[in-house]
Amino acid sequence: MIPSIPQSRFLTTAYAAYIVVFFVFLALPLLVVAGFAFNDSQFPSLPWEGFTWNWFFGDERPMIGVFHERSILRAIGTSILVAVLVSALAVAVGLSNAFLFNRYKFRGQGILYVLMLLPLVIPGIVLGISILVFSSRVANGLWDGYRIDIEALRPGLLLVILGQFSFITTIATLVIGARLQKFDRTLEEAALNLGAGRLVAIRTITLPYLAPAMVGAFVVSFLMSFENFNTTLMLVGSDAPLTIAMFDRLKEGSTPLLNAVSLLLMLGSSCLALIMIFFQKK
Amino acid sequence: MRTEAKVGLGLLLTPLLLWLSLLIFIPHVDMFIVSLQERIGVGKYQTSLANYLTFFQEPLYLWTFLRTAVMSILATLMTLLIAFPVSYYIAKMVKGRLQSALFLMCLVPFWVSELVRTFGWMILLRETGIFSNLLQFVGLADGPVEMLYNDGAIMLGLVYTSMLFMVVPLVTTLESLPDEVIEAGYDLGGSGLSVLREIIIPHAMPGIVSGCIVVFMLSLGNYLTPTMLGGKESLWFTELIYSQFIVRFNWELGSAFGFMLLILSSAIVWGMLKLTGQSLEKTMG
Amino acid sequence: MTPDLECSALTKRFGDTTAVENVSFQVPPGSFFSILGPSGCGKTTIMRMIAGFLEPSEGDIRIKGKSVLNVAPNKRPVNMVFQHLALFPMMNIAENIGYGLRRQGMDKTQIGRKVDEALDRIGLPGIGSRKVDELSGGQKQRVAIARCMVLEPDVLLLDEPLGALDLKLRERMKVELKSLQAAFDTTFVYITHDQSEALVMSDNIAVMNNGQFEQMGSGQDLYYRPESAFVAGFVGDTNRWQGKVTRKEGDAIELVTENGLTLRGATHGRDLSDGQQADVFVRPEAIRIAHDAADLAHFDNRISGRVTSLLFNGAASRILVGSEDGREEIEVNLPQSGEFSSIAKGDAVHIGWASDQGNCFKAGGN
Repeated sequence: MIPSIPQSRFLTTAYAAYIVVFFVFLALPLLVVAGFAFNDSQFPSLPWEGFTWNWFFGDERPMIGVFHERSILRAIGTSILVAVLVSALAVAVGLSNAFLFNRYKFRGQGILYVLMLLPLVIPGIVLGISILVFSSRVANGLWDGYRIDIEALRPGLLLVILGQFSFITTIATLVIGARLQKFDRTLEEAALNLGAGRLVAIRTITLPYLAPAMVGAFVVSFLMSFENFNTTLMLVGSDAPLTIAMFDRLKEGSTPLLNAVSLLLMLGSSCLALIMIFFQKK
Repeated sequence: MRTEAKVGLGLLLTPLLLWLSLLIFIPHVDMFIVSLQERIGVGKYQTSLANYLTFFQEPLYLWTFLRTAVMSILATLMTLLIAFPVSYYIAKMVKGRLQSALFLMCLVPFWVSELVRTFGWMILLRETGIFSNLLQFVGLADGPVEMLYNDGAIMLGLVYTSMLFMVVPLVTTLESLPDEVIEAGYDLGGSGLSVLREIIIPHAMPGIVSGCIVVFMLSLGNYLTPTMLGGKESLWFTELIYSQFIVRFNWELGSAFGFMLLILSSAIVWGMLKLTGQSLEKTMG
Repeated sequence: MTPDLECSALTKRFGDTTAVENVSFQVPPGSFFSILGPSGCGKTTIMRMIAGFLEPSEGDIRIKGKSVLNVAPNKRPVNMVFQHLALFPMMNIAENIGYGLRRQGMDKTQIGRKVDEALDRIGLPGIGSRKVDELSGGQKQRVAIARCMVLEPDVLLLDEPLGALDLKLRERMKVELKSLQAAFDTTFVYITHDQSEALVMSDNIAVMNNGQFEQMGSGQDLYYRPESAFVAGFVGDTNRWQGKVTRKEGDAIELVTENGLTLRGATHGRDLSDGQQADVFVRPEAIRIAHDAADLAHFDNRISGRVTSLLFNGAASRILVGSEDGREEIEVNLPQSGEFSSIAKGDAVHIGWASDQGNCFKAGGN
């Protein structure tokens, strides 16, 4: 059924109703989370005790708001740091991969491409433990053999970054590769024809063309890193990123503080998404 | 020029190979090696299949494993069933601004962390939650109703949390089906059902498969949703892995579990691709 | 005899715009009917209403005398060859052709036989197991037609199916379509913006503009006896001037163009009077060319000038002649006798044509 095929009124109405119900289903949990961020109560649940901004700006116990809660702010900082590093790395390697698969033909390319896709079909938690096991064994080996202690190889931010990078790179490669696929190579040839060198042609013609995809890949990587839970859970050390910090708090019982953090997260990621859409349109 | 090309190839290959070998290939091989070690004393190990034997001999482990697999498959199917009409509506029934708006509305919930989404369902479903209060308010329940901590809640959470990864590939493939082809199906005498079966679904197959693979992977490897919505008794396989690694510090058994999960997911993905005649490059790339 | 297809007072409005306005026509059985018009004129809308993908705002569509207004598209005895053919990429050729038969619940062996028959008919026997994208553009075309024809529709609709083909293939497909139509002996309704497709293939052509039919008739009618300025300008190549009528004697009129050139033309019975603005159309092949002005003495339009440009195109070669005063430029066919084969830019020439070759219409029509 498409609009040009006549259908009974009942069917079209029922279909539209289903879509409405679906979107209510999608929106409900988020609306609830957002709503209770303003509940003047110790618990994010009914009854509604009145409206308050305290879970954002409050600075007195028991209502300490997000902006005065050190541990949450630090976790947000950690998350941003990790996400920026992971995204930058993923976009850089993704760009290189995209060129490799688009511009070169070599033996084993097909197999390598499948291998490149594999991180998408490995459960995140398995990625996490495999890196954990490997790095710990390397660290133990170095200690046993040479008495060298490399703290970075123990659970901590470096491992978190590497763990997230290991699968986010695949996504960055796909996003950038898709755009490079659409690139008309005669443009590059035209640049060469007009006197540019090969690298100059890529820098002045191809990379600007890829810019929206690179921004897109960066934003997607950033969001995926920021949200990542499974891989991070296995590799995290003492300074936890936000999702882990929130998870630990949630296990102990929730206060509307978590709702307030969540609402900020929603706003933040919406902004990022808007930036991405803006760049994609250009 | 030829040497230049070779240098370029080498430069581009290096990061890829470093990434795949150091972060994917070697760690997994290493994990497999660890899973084959049996602790026979303090700091003493020998190579054996003991960890895998433990897995197969302990009914709780095996049961949790199978349960996780079956529930992930169920969650995948449910996600597909719910997402397909929605994706079709977005791809084919509406055009222009409305189309972009609806598509965007599908994406928005997934820009926020899974933790937040799960938290939302907890607020809705728990004993003191919105639904419970609502039921009491309209008189359908006498006291608080606990809707959290059961398999239904886990299922709901899994379906919700994976929805995007089904909708996006479906919308993309369905959108690439020209209206003309659907019209031709009707024009040649097809009914709604036969057009769906013979034209729309075969066309959408790559999207269906890639959506199913991703959703299945996400469900199988999910830790957050089963733990938070399913509670202590949720029996999800990732919880076993976590507890072996973090709580009991038995990395050997944990690695064996991890490897079993990897085998299960690979087997099901491979089976799904074979069954539908798709390839990983086509569905994911 | 009841016509295979009859539309009466067909109208389609989208909001405030009227895409099709009060269009009526009949297509007799076994004939090839074309609707010719520029893009956006409403021809596709008519086609989609006949196929059932759009509901007319007013009017009726009858196929073999029966109204099909309340018949769903999958139940109408018409089939359509879509603009981009819409072959099902998920099926092979035989499955594509057998699709409609399967919908009718025909048994497998019979479908197989019919499909083979159809493949023979279109001259592509034995390709049933191939995939759609293994065929060339022309082969796809024929498969798309066969896919409809196995259902033995009362009317076959074709929506600019040659548009996507390259020029050479398009020329060949024109001839092929015409012979396929004769072979299947089915009524074809064809829409196109390409006049040569319509002229070559059709028994009858309707020229459409702004949602209305301007004129309906055979190719010759449209070409030689256009009834409106739009048709005169749209069908075939033509010189066109606008001017003010200065004299009128029966059918013959004299007018002066904006640039001061005096031309004589004929109204062919249309209403035009002194002092009105008029358009005059003269086809390039109606204009004679001579080295000597005396050879053209019997024409009442005579102009002397120089060749401003030579448009060599084999048998269809033309020259542009600039009148002596440099005010107008006239496109003239070179005779195929070879008499002027050595003509060059800058040569002095004389041209002339009979006044009844100058088709005049009241200006402002289009």
